[in-house]
Amino acid sequence: MAKRIEVLDLSCYYGAHKAVADVTMTIEPKTVTALIGPSGCGKSTFLRSLNRLHEVVPGGRITGQVLLDDQDIYAPDVDAVALRRSVGMVFQRPNPFPTMSIFDNVASGLKLGGGKNKDLPDVVERALTGAHLWAEVKDRLKKPALALSGGQQQRLCIARAIAVEPEVLLMDEPCSALDPISTLAIEDLIAELKDRYTIVIVTHNMQQASRVSEQTGFFTLAGAGQPGVLVEYDATSRIFSVPADKRTEDYITGRVG
Amino acid sequence: MTQSTPTIGPGSHRPGPIVTGTPRKARRIEPFRGITMAAAALVLVLLAAIAIFLVAKAIPSLGKDQKNFFFTKVWSPDADPPLFGIAVLAFGTVLSSIIALVIAIPVALGVAIFVVEYAPRRLATWLGYLIDMLATVPSVVYGLWGLIFLVPHIRGFQHFLATNFGWIPLFSDPNNRTSVASRSIFVASVVLAIMVLPVIAAISREVLRQVDPGLKEAALALGATRWEMVRTALLPPSRPGIIGGIMLGLGRALGETIAVALVLGTSFAVSLHILQPGGNTIAANIANYFGEAGKNGRSALIATGLVLFVMTLAVNVVARTVIHRSAVRQGLVK
Amino acid sequence: MTTATASRPANQQWQIHGRRAFVNNLATVAMYLAFIVAVIPLGLVIWYTIGKGLARFSLGFLTHSMAGVGSNDVNGGVYHAIVGTVEQLLIASAIAVPLGLLVAIYLNEYGGKAFATLVRLLVDVMTGIPSIVAGLFVLAFWVIGLHKGYSGFAGAMALSILMLPVVTRASEEMLRLVPDPLREAAYALGIPKWRVILSIIMPTARTGITTGIMLAVARVMGETAPLLLTAAGTLFINTNPFHGQQEALPLYVFSSAASGTPADVNRAWAAAMTLILIVVLLYVAARLLTRRDALNRR
Repeated sequence: MAKRIEVLDLSCYYGAHKAVADVTMTIEPKTVTALIGPSGCGKSTFLRSLNRLHEVVPGGRITGQVLLDDQDIYAPDVDAVALRRSVGMVFQRPNPFPTMSIFDNVASGLKLGGGKNKDLPDVVERALTGAHLWAEVKDRLKKPALALSGGQQQRLCIARAIAVEPEVLLMDEPCSALDPISTLAIEDLIAELKDRYTIVIVTHNMQQASRVSEQTGFFTLAGAGQPGVLVEYDATSRIFSVPADKRTEDYITGRVG
Repeated sequence: MTQSTPTIGPGSHRPGPIVTGTPRKARRIEPFRGITMAAAALVLVLLAAIAIFLVAKAIPSLGKDQKNFFFTKVWSPDADPPLFGIAVLAFGTVLSSIIALVIAIPVALGVAIFVVEYAPRRLATWLGYLIDMLATVPSVVYGLWGLIFLVPHIRGFQHFLATNFGWIPLFSDPNNRTSVASRSIFVASVVLAIMVLPVIAAISREVLRQVDPGLKEAALALGATRWEMVRTALLPPSRPGIIGGIMLGLGRALGETIAVALVLGTSFAVSLHILQPGGNTIAANIANYFGEAGKNGRSALIATGLVLFVMTLAVNVVARTVIHRSAVRQGLVK
Repeated sequence: MTTATASRPANQQWQIHGRRAFVNNLATVAMYLAFIVAVIPLGLVIWYTIGKGLARFSLGFLTHSMAGVGSNDVNGGVYHAIVGTVEQLLIASAIAVPLGLLVAIYLNEYGGKAFATLVRLLVDVMTGIPSIVAGLFVLAFWVIGLHKGYSGFAGAMALSILMLPVVTRASEEMLRLVPDPLREAAYALGIPKWRVILSIIMPTARTGITTGIMLAVARVMGETAPLLLTAAGTLFINTNPFHGQQEALPLYVFSSAASGTPADVNRAWAAAMTLILIVVLLYVAARLLTRRDALNRR
């Protein structure tokens, strides 16, 4: 079910402004790929181009190709809304819907699709189990989602995302707003999730990248006022021990922010 | 905020014996603080004075009223014996306000959502300013326009409603008056609706704008269409605020004097036939009759004013309760 | 890294089912429709007022009163109404602004007990007083009860009752926006509380408070009902707000509109236009001021 992502010469624009330039990479299914690099170099923009969420910003567009198992997600007859069912996303700040209960939050993606809702409780249980949250909330599914702690809320968002059974899971710095214990819990979760999904995770935390991912891509700005570029993309172990590019090495060793 | 004044240094004030458990009275109150407290107390006194005074002035006429104040349909408080009741007025007030809201709420909400989500971004900011500005246009302007423009021009529409929907008692036309320009509750309600629309739209827009953008992203990332996103992520958290805005609009409609006084005639009848001329509201009635009212008449008018005040107060209380309950349910308040 | 292979066209899984697309489009149409439905009458109101108002507007209109002008005469103006409105607003502000500020300061800087909650609640209640009831109160209490008769001052009193809660609420909000670290730094310097409030907190919130006052004035400027019962209106210029009936702009619009003669109605439009222009100017000025706010709130 998890799909391969092929990115070919992808550049991301906001109107005339080029935010990301000429990225080419292949992400294998059922792997975790980490994207690291300094702030503001386009990692989030790049991530959002994988589920066409950057188009929500006025003027957001791309050139190049993104293929999901050989299918062009930017083909003219593709509806971005439908695509986002296949490519899920978890955000930096946990954002459960505040007016909904825990149950309703997990079910929200399914209810949108207008699919058959008979087995909703089963699907919700499965999603919450998959997100390592079931045991903690099974007795209070109808309570408001905001009653949960930050780490729990983030796992709730993960449950919500996987409830619609995507093929790819994008994660934009999912742990940066969480305490260390919750962070570890989610990293354990990611290790398990990769058996079912292709995972791409943007992170500021290099230790996290080396812990959870098999492949790592290093992004940085081409120069002051220039778009972000993918400098190096390789196995995580190699990136963190013998990086090929000097810029990567500078970043990893902390010589550069 | 706890008050902490230093015991040394420039401008220090000795707070009195520095002993734990000092009763509050033993500490001298800073003069400035005293002034502000006095101001607050003054407001309290003022409000109490207004309430007490008005009640005191209203009672005499109520005592003399030969008929039941709440159900009588006539207005002759200065007659001998005095006969007057609030039935027509209260009915007209509530009916016109409700109709106004029924018209205004969907349009105002639609406009607010439009400005926040659907309109091109550049245009949206200017539209926002425009709506805010329209909310400050004085009601007398709406009244003037309603009288000079709407009353003559709306008769076509009123006649249309009566001919095609006359089977609904609301729109029936027993005296065949809808083909003539008439000053009916319907017209008054339309003017009220136009007046109240910017208020509700402005508040709703502000509330919608404040919704956490992360929620919108979350909905979209799940594969929601634009409308589904609005429905799931934008509207639910905005509900308390929007209800507050609606209540504010309702309060304004209930208390609106001038626009209604200009547009309505002064006939007295309790009737659901909103397309017929006539009907009245409490506020417009006060404006129309206070000049020629004698002592008892004035007292009676004050009594109606008090009823109106109670109405707006009730709306206020209901609004706060609803908002508070919504906030609790959202987990924002325990 | 693979070279670009010929990609198959997207399969049917990335399409939206008919019903969802339909509902989405319907909603879009509904929103645009709502916008149009709102724009038409509101646009008409503004269009008419400005159009008809400009036709009658002139410098003479602003500088003459209605003294000696009959309902069917075509001259006459609103000078007496402008004088009245300005004086009434000045007096109302003189009462409501200091009082409102003091209450706001109390609520935000000193409050926190039951008394403050009570006051806050009552201020909230006051915002809901129908304007005509405020007028009724001043009529019964001052005009008739104390036998002072109609006057601009009575009108100003009614207006100040309406202004007070608005000023208080807006000021309290502005004061609340002043960041606590600023207060703490000032206290840590050993500055007494009252001085912190007057010399540090108030100036920081100054722009926001000014904006709030301007908007309160703009709102109250258009109130007709309370003035009907208190200042009562007149054809003549009355520069003494404490004695005798006084005219006001909204009152003028009302009585001219109610009279119905073409000459009066034309004057009503022109006066209404003047009123709107002043209110809009106040609003725009308040908006521009917000840009230069020290706290730079959105």
